Amino acid sequence: MTNAPALLEEQAAASPSGPLLVVDELRTTIHTPRGDLRAVDGVSLTLDRGEMLGIVGESGSGKSVLGRTIMGLHTTGPTTTIQGRVAFDGLDIQQLEPARLRELWGDRIGMVFQDPMTALNPVKKIGVHLTETLRKHRGLSRAEARDRALELLAQVGIPDPRRRIGQFPHEMSGGMRQRVVIAMALANEPDLLIADEPTTALDVTVQRQILDLLDRLQDELGMAVILISHNLGVVAGRADRVAVMYAGRVVETAEAASLFRAPHHPYAEALLDAIPRLELPPHLRLDAIDGAPPNMLRPPPGCRFAPRCRYAQDDCVATMPTLAATPGVPDHRFACFHPVHLDAPEPAAPTADTAGGR
Amino acid sequence: MAGTGTLHLRESDQVLSVEELVVEFPAKGGGTVHAVSGISFDVVDGETLGILGESGCGKSSAGRALMQLPPPTAGSVRLQGAELTGTSRRELRGRRAGMQMIFQDPVSSLNPRRRVKDLVAEGPRTRGEKVDEARIREVLTAVGLDPDVVWDRRPHELSGGQCQRVCIARALMLDPELLICDEPVSSLDVSVQAQILNLLEETKRRYRLSMVFIAHDLAVVKNISDRIMVMYLGKVCEIVPSGALKESARHPYTRLLLESVPEAHLPGARDETSISATSAELPSPLDPPSGCRFRTRCPLATDVCASEEPRLRPAGEGHYVACHHADL
Repeated sequence: MTNAPALLEEQAAASPSGPLLVVDELRTTIHTPRGDLRAVDGVSLTLDRGEMLGIVGESGSGKSVLGRTIMGLHTTGPTTTIQGRVAFDGLDIQQLEPARLRELWGDRIGMVFQDPMTALNPVKKIGVHLTETLRKHRGLSRAEARDRALELLAQVGIPDPRRRIGQFPHEMSGGMRQRVVIAMALANEPDLLIADEPTTALDVTVQRQILDLLDRLQDELGMAVILISHNLGVVAGRADRVAVMYAGRVVETAEAASLFRAPHHPYAEALLDAIPRLELPPHLRLDAIDGAPPNMLRPPPGCRFAPRCRYAQDDCVATMPTLAATPGVPDHRFACFHPVHLDAPEPAAPTADTAGGR
Repeated sequence: MAGTGTLHLRESDQVLSVEELVVEFPAKGGGTVHAVSGISFDVVDGETLGILGESGCGKSSAGRALMQLPPPTAGSVRLQGAELTGTSRRELRGRRAGMQMIFQDPVSSLNPRRRVKDLVAEGPRTRGEKVDEARIREVLTAVGLDPDVVWDRRPHELSGGQCQRVCIARALMLDPELLICDEPVSSLDVSVQAQILNLLEETKRRYRLSMVFIAHDLAVVKNISDRIMVMYLGKVCEIVPSGALKESARHPYTRLLLESVPEAHLPGARDETSISATSAELPSPLDPPSGCRFRTRCPLATDVCASEEPRLRPAGEGHYVACHHADL
């Protein structure tokens, strides 16, 4: 641990064009009265500049805690222990002073939370939310900050920014509020945006617009984005890469297209199969995943999905599988002894594989 | 106020018939919220009717008005031929038992201090009936809960999916003919959502129920419904057999909803007949647009849409559309 920062700085200096974010064997343990809850339990991932990574899993899979730990919102303290490393552009997030962290937040790392109702201060006008970060990080004058705020509101597709900037959050709809939250996160054109269920609280038509907006801004600004969602559908077609989380661990990670074409981990397959699909006829029985995610105070031995897995065998309970590459597709890695769709043909027949064709 | 028409109503076998249902609420500072503005529909024996729309479209208000919670401003709701609107409270209690409701948030719709065995027996008990343990056990088993495990548990000791199963068991205890489900799966994870949808389908078959299923998720509604009624700002846009939703839906609003489905990006679901709304914002239900209420967001809107309200017209077998331009 002690030589970690030096090592990371070395790495960053050696390859300035290396990954923007490196997460290495990250463990976030939350101490509760009932015992230690291993919310994130050994996650490693990398994110390149300008890349969009989707993190998908059920509630309780640790995806939000992972996002918050990457951000530096969870740090080692009386209630939490963090092991492993988060390196953002060569900076070890866990080693940074709170003051340094605050310099990063809102400037180089932005975050969009799930609930736009509680992410905004109800007694402050929209304008204040936006200009605060601009004045603090960029040292803009009041007038300059206001101009930039108007520009941002227009950029996220809010009609009539001049009127909106003087309104309070309660005067706006949920979709408009979420746009404001995104505008705040984007104010300083961060290198990394962490969006935790940004559209879950919103209607479908609005959801589509917000996701399109993130997509467009990511291209325009060259941001890296971590999109966290419980719905694979939200992530499909947007993310470059997808990591599927289960019980605090990444069980499969791949290029998005590769994962949706042929998920190898039974959990990823089951998540895809559980989604009702518009192109299938009505009254089709859905492939539900039986049971519930494990209690993370006492996770089961071996593969954590084994108790719910239809392919589980004795070896699954005995040892925990680790992430390994798919033969021939090094970017597609999964942690399973009995993977599925390994012989899936490369481009063809995607529907039968992913749409519950069995 | 004129409704959108009654052409789509059927002749016989109705479990539920609703005519010209109007729900209005007084708003702060004068004004009236026009939540539901004259809709008619029916549900025949064994059918599942899906009501689809975004928040604010009046789908939940319509569902609650069926239950007389509160009674609608105007219109008629008949369950098995018996009129529910305008009847006395006592009479309503008797007639309404045949219709049970399941809500979006299963945890908050259960009394946190009661145990599962009492929660499930509550309905018949309030009606002064004796409930034997065997019946409770039978219903709990039917909804996929192990009576021995959950018997003495309270809601906080159950997961969201299990709570929703308890809610379904509560509804079944009263031997309903019709189940009204208001967003029953939207607060659940995809995997649990699939379990509950399968359970509702099984329950419906087993107890010979009809169902009104209210939700905003197109794929969910399509999966469970026989017919789908699309609502926008208190009006019916389209009624379409669910098998034909994706291919033959014609109303521009239904097309917009179809376009917005994020699952459209999953492999095997590519379809690029893009229709884009001109504005994202739902107009205020305090002052809904004249004529067709969707016209302010509609890419096809012309003058006639502002002056004349479109009525439901037949567009195929069991398919009705309320739009001036839908056959374009």
